[in-house]
Amino acid sequence: MNVQGNSYTFIYASLMVVVVAALLSFVAINLQPLQKKNIRIEKKRDILSSIGVSSTAENADDLYEQYIKDESVIDIKGKAQEGVEAFNVNLKKELVKPPAERNLPLFKCEKNDSNFVVVPVRGKGLWGPIWGYIAMQENVEKIELEPDVVVETDSITGDTIRQETKQNFKEVKTYSTIYGAVFDHKGETPGLGAEINQYWFEEPFSGKKIFDKNGNFISIEVVKGGAPPDSRNAVDAISGGTITSKGVEAMLDTCLYNYTTYFKNKK
Amino acid sequence: MLSSKQLKLITNPINLDNPITVQVLGICSALAVTVKLEPAVVLSISVIFVISLSNVIISILRNTIPTRIRIIVQLMVIASLVILVDEVLKAYMYDVSKQLSVFVGLIITNCIIMGRLEAFALGNKPFPALLDGIGNGAGYSIILIIVAFVRELFGSGTVWGAQVIPQGFYDFGYANNSLMILPPMALIVVGIIIWVQRARNKELLDAKY
Repeated sequence: MNVQGNSYTFIYASLMVVVVAALLSFVAINLQPLQKKNIRIEKKRDILSSIGVSSTAENADDLYEQYIKDESVIDIKGKAQEGVEAFNVNLKKELVKPPAERNLPLFKCEKNDSNFVVVPVRGKGLWGPIWGYIAMQENVEKIELEPDVVVETDSITGDTIRQETKQNFKEVKTYSTIYGAVFDHKGETPGLGAEINQYWFEEPFSGKKIFDKNGNFISIEVVKGGAPPDSRNAVDAISGGTITSKGVEAMLDTCLYNYTTYFKNKK
Repeated sequence: MLSSKQLKLITNPINLDNPITVQVLGICSALAVTVKLEPAVVLSISVIFVISLSNVIISILRNTIPTRIRIIVQLMVIASLVILVDEVLKAYMYDVSKQLSVFVGLIITNCIIMGRLEAFALGNKPFPALLDGIGNGAGYSIILIIVAFVRELFGSGTVWGAQVIPQGFYDFGYANNSLMILPPMALIVVGIIIWVQRARNKELLDAKY
């Protein structure tokens, strides 16, 4: 047989492709359940670490059950959406939809008697996608309502015999302070942009406010050269990782903006 | 067990014919994954696996491969083995696979592997090809691990993730060298290794000098 002939070459190449393709798909299909499980566990660990709970691959499921009390999906007006599972929402697909049609996942957590909501964020870094989870601290505000006035009048004279006012409050849950932030990336430059998943970059986010004093959404600024120490909403950028830092800023701005109605709880 | 000729196939690439320091192949990945020891070791194991297996496969097929498409055939064998490694890492060592991310895929373009297939596997029997693969993989790994050890120690003060430089040093003003974490330092460390190796083995020097 002529090993160098045309037909031999064609048959050889085709056969090779079929064999290799069959082998690889067999492996991929068999390993897929394990890989999917790893991705789910990673997501749970990220959510947990945004509220400051460290976990391992083994105990992530249990801790998630323990701390995450509720998962829900809302739309941009803060209205709950039915029939969508929060954990399975693909944020990448949601963000390309027009704002009014987006399904926005929320994870309600409870730790040491404080309540938090964790929201996912996603954006672009320098080389690829970046994403993260932001935990917002629940803040219960008492809002004064019109007092009820109870007036009893004498049925004959019409004089007031008893007047009582009852002060009314409404408890409103708002979320304006970041409790913790977790970021990750697909392929940012090691030592530069890749630092966004490091503690020193994530830690300063806690305690920052995403609304100004008048309640306007201002998001978080990632400041090159260092944020002023007493700043309400600014954190340090990464030297040499400017594009990734700007990416984080843009990501927070777009993604957190979706939740502003819910966070301010104005219905 | 092995004849001296066969033994040389393994030992030569580790020192006198080292793929990185003497053949100067596979430099790119040596720069990229040597910031920390752990990914360097995992990549080393992956490369040894891919290079020995692809050497054997190509050597078995060597008399059937049409010369005109031999590079494509080699590439396909390497690529499928690399995808295999990648899938297995994603399933069983997820954290490590995240750290290595693109570099596992880049084993495909690792010049050492193609180089050994062309230079050795195409002209030799499977068993010597296996030894050659292991030898070259090991030679590559040793350099990778030395570089990673130096860079992790001085760049982060740790070895395999564990703090080894005592806190007392930092209190006296010692600081981690952040240049170590950046790629240029890998090149410089490789350069130093080459220098030391040539100083010790005169036969590696070019006759002129």
